[in-house]
Amino acid sequence: MKRIITATVQNRSGVLNRVTGMMVKRQFNIESISVGPSETEGISKMTFVVEVSDEQKLEQLTKQLNKQIDVLKVTDITDKAIVARELALIKVGSSSQNRAEIQGVITPFRASVIDVSKDSLIIQVTGNPEKIDALIDLLKPYGIKELTRTGVTAFQRGRQPENVQEMNALIF
Amino acid sequence: MKVEAKPKELAVEKNTTTGADVFIRSLVDADVDTVFGYPGGAVLPIYDALYRANTPFQHILCRHEQGLIHAAEGYARVTGKPGVVIATSGPGATNLITGITDAMMDSLPIVIFTGQVATGVIGTDAFQEADIIGITTPITKYNYQVTDLKQLPRIVKEAFHIASTGRPGPVVVDIPKNISEKITVDEFDTAFHLPGYQPTVKPNPLQIRKLADALSRSERPLLLAGAGVLFADAAEELKAFAEKYQLPVTTTLLGLGSFPGTNELALGMAGMHGTYTANMAIYECDLLINIGARFDDRLTGAIKHFAPNAKVAHIDIDPAEIGKNIKTKIPVVGDAKEALKQLLDVNVKSTNHDEWLHSLKSKKEDYPLWYDRSKELISPQWLIEQVYETSNGEAIVTTDVGQHQMWAAQFYKFDNPDKWVTSGGLGTMGFGFPAAIGAQLGRPDELVVSIVGDGGFQMTLQELSVIKERNLPVKVIIINNEALGMVRQWQEKFYEERYSESLLTENPDFVKLAESYGVKGVRVNNEDDVPKVLEDVFSYNGPVVVDCRVVKRECVFPMVAPGTGNHEMIGVTR
Ligand SMILES: Cc1cc2nc3c(=O)[nH]c(=O)nc-3n(C[C@H](O)[C@H](O)[C@H](O)COP(=O)(O)OP(=O)(O)OC[C@H]3O[C@@H](n4cnc5c(N)ncnc54)[C@H](O)[C@@H]3O)c2cc1C
Ligand SMILES: Cc1ncc(C[n+]2csc(CCOP(=O)(O)OP(=O)(O)O)c2C)c(N)n1
Repeated sequence: MKRIITATVQNRSGVLNRVTGMMVKRQFNIESISVGPSETEGISKMTFVVEVSDEQKLEQLTKQLNKQIDVLKVTDITDKAIVARELALIKVGSSSQNRAEIQGVITPFRASVIDVSKDSLIIQVTGNPEKIDALIDLLKPYGIKELTRTGVTAFQRGRQPENVQEMNALIF
Repeated sequence: MKVEAKPKELAVEKNTTTGADVFIRSLVDADVDTVFGYPGGAVLPIYDALYRANTPFQHILCRHEQGLIHAAEGYARVTGKPGVVIATSGPGATNLITGITDAMMDSLPIVIFTGQVATGVIGTDAFQEADIIGITTPITKYNYQVTDLKQLPRIVKEAFHIASTGRPGPVVVDIPKNISEKITVDEFDTAFHLPGYQPTVKPNPLQIRKLADALSRSERPLLLAGAGVLFADAAEELKAFAEKYQLPVTTTLLGLGSFPGTNELALGMAGMHGTYTANMAIYECDLLINIGARFDDRLTGAIKHFAPNAKVAHIDIDPAEIGKNIKTKIPVVGDAKEALKQLLDVNVKSTNHDEWLHSLKSKKEDYPLWYDRSKELISPQWLIEQVYETSNGEAIVTTDVGQHQMWAAQFYKFDNPDKWVTSGGLGTMGFGFPAAIGAQLGRPDELVVSIVGDGGFQMTLQELSVIKERNLPVKVIIINNEALGMVRQWQEKFYEERYSESLLTENPDFVKLAESYGVKGVRVNNEDDVPKVLEDVFSYNGPVVVDCRVVKRECVFPMVAPGTGNHEMIGVTR
C-alpha cells in the first residue's frame, strides 16, 4: 500500500542521509521524497511517499523514523484530508506547427509553457501526482525530451471531513 | 546559556589554550576516568593537550584500534558507564568500524572521538581523510562533526547523554584538526539542544494493568529476560517479581545474569543453543512476558513456531523493538526497572500454575544439558564447568565468538548481573580478549576470565602488550580445538563434513607467544591437571594465557537447526 508520511526534523547536516539511509537499510521502498524549510527556522519538513507491504511494516517505518534523534514529529497523513502537490517540468519536442495543439492539451491541466525554442517547449505543471501522470501520458506522443518531478509534498487540510478515504482515493 | 571557558588552568601557558584543551576538559567534566585511545596525525593536538594536562584520566593505548573499541565495550558492559575511545582520522577511524557496529547491535554506550582533516580540506580526498560521518551513520545512534569550536563542549555533553540514556548506543564525534588546534574562543554554546530526543522511561500504567490482568488469567506464564534488564539495573526487581508470582524465567544470551542461573525458577538460556526446557517453555506457555529482549532470530528460531500458544507482552524502552519481529498483544514502552516496580505494586491474583512449574521441573531433570566426557582428552564443556567451580561462579567472564562462547553460556551459571561480556548481535570474533581488558579496568578488583577460541584469539591478540604493560591480571583461557570450531560444526552437520577452510593446522605456540609478550603462558593437555592449573592461574597475581588442548570434534548441543522451530531441537539427548 502506498502511504504519505511527513516528518518535521531538526535541520542538522546529515539528517537527510540518516533518515533515507535508515529506510534503505530496512528495505522500505521510497517512491519520492521532498524536503524543504518549514515555517520555523532550523526545522525542515520531509514528505515521503512509500510503498509498504502491510500494517506491521508501516508501524515499523513510523517508529524507526520517530527514533531518529533529529526527528521531531512523524505523521502518516494518508488517511487524513490532505492537499498533496508535486511540480513537474516537462520538455517536449515541438515545432511552430504543433505549439497551439500542445497548448490545447495542457490548458485543462492549468499547466503553463515556461520556455519556448525552435524545436521544444518546457511545460510546468503542479498538482497531485495522478494529474501529472495523466498529463505526461498525453504529452508522450510529442516526444518527451526531458522530465523532472519534485516528489510530493503534502499538508493536512484545515478541516477534516468524514469521507476522507474516498477523497484520497482520488489522489492515488 | 553562555559560560566562560574554564579549561585555561589546564594549559601550560595561558595563551596556548586550544580546542584540544577544551576537549580534554569536557571529558573531565563528563567524569571520564578511562579512555582507550591511539594517536595519529589528526589527533596530535589532542594528544599534546592530554600530555600538557598531565593525563587527567587513565589513557589505555591498545595496539590496534579494534582493540580500543572492544575494550571500551567491555568496560561499558561491566560498569554501565560509557566507554570512551579516541582514534585518528582515516585508517584509525575505519579500524573502529567493526566495534562500532558491534556496540550498535548490542546497545552499548560508547562515545568515540575521531580526528578529522582540517575543515578547509574536507571533501578533497586529503591525506588520511575518510568520510567517517557517512560511514558511521548506519552504525551509530548518532554522530556529530564539530565545525565550530564554540559547539565542542555542548556536543561532548550531548554525545555522552545520547550514548547512555534511553536505549544505549555508540555516538561518534568527528573533530577536524583545525578545531582542536584552534586557539580557543572565550564563549561557548553549552545549552543542550535535543528536542527530538526524549526516551520514554515511565511506562503507561494502563499497559501495566493490562499486563497484570493477563498474568492473573495465565495458567502457563513465562518470563523472558534480556539485556534490557541489565541496562535498567533491574535484576533485583526481576527476581522479586518472578518469586512473588512463581514465574519461570528464561533469558537470552545477552540476558544471562539478569536472573540467578541457579535459582529454582531459572530455565537457562533459550534459542538456538538454549536449553530444551527453556525452548519448550516458550513453545508451550500461554503468556510470554518479554522484558528487555529484542526477539533476535537466534532466540526465536522459525517465527511461525515461536510461542504459538502465547499472548505476548513486551516491555522495552525502544518502541521500535515492540512488534518488529513478533506480534505483540501488550506493548509496554519504558524502562524495565520502572515497569517491574509498577508491576510489583499491583497485586495480581495469579492463578495457580503449580502444574506448569512441575512440568518444567521434570523437563529440567529429564533433559539437562549433556556432553560425552572424553576419557583421554579435555572436554571443552567439562573445562568450562571447572572454570565455573574454581572461580566460585563469581568471575567476570568475557568470550569470543564460536563454540566456546556457547559452552560458556551453557555451563557457567551466572548468578549476578554484569558479569557476562559477549558479542551477541554481531557475533564479532576478536571481541573477547580486548573486552576483558576493558572489563578488568572497569572492575580492577574482580577476577576477569576471558574464554576464547584459538581462531578468534588470533584476531586481536596483539593486546597482550596492554595486559603486560598495565599488569592487568586477566586470565585468558584458550579453548584450543585447532579449528574454527563453530564453522566446522556447521560443515559437519549441514555440509556433509566438507571441512572447507575451517581447520587450523598451523597455530602458533600460544605459550611461547604469551611469553614473548612477557606474559605467563601455561599449557594443559589432560584432565587431571586442570583443577590444579586453574587454581594456580586464578590465584596468580598477574596476566596468564592458558592454552587448553581440548577434544577437536565436539559439537554444541542441543541445537535448533536453521529454519526450524524452537520445539524441534536436535541433540537434546545422547
Ligand atoms: C554464535 C552465536 C549464537 C547465539 N545463540 C543465541 C541463542 O541461542 N539464544 C539467544 O538468546 N541468543 C543467541 N545469540 C545472541 C543473539 O544474536 C542476540 O544477540 C541476543 O539474543 C540478543 O539478546 P537481547 O535481546 O537480550 O539483547 P539486546 O540485543 O542487547 O537487546 C536489548 C533490548 O533491551 C532493550 N532495552 C535497552 N535498555 C532497556 C531498558 N532500560 N529497559 C527496557 N528495555 C531496554 C533494547 O531496546 C533492546 O530491545 C547468539 C549469538 C551468537 C554470536
Ligand atoms: C570477524 C568474524 N569472522 C568470521 C566469523 C564467523 N565465525 C563464527 S564462529 C567462527 C569460528 C570461531 O572459531 P574459534 O575462535 O576457534 O572458536 P570455536 O568455535 O572453535 O570455539 C567463525 C569463523 C565471525 N563470527 N566473526
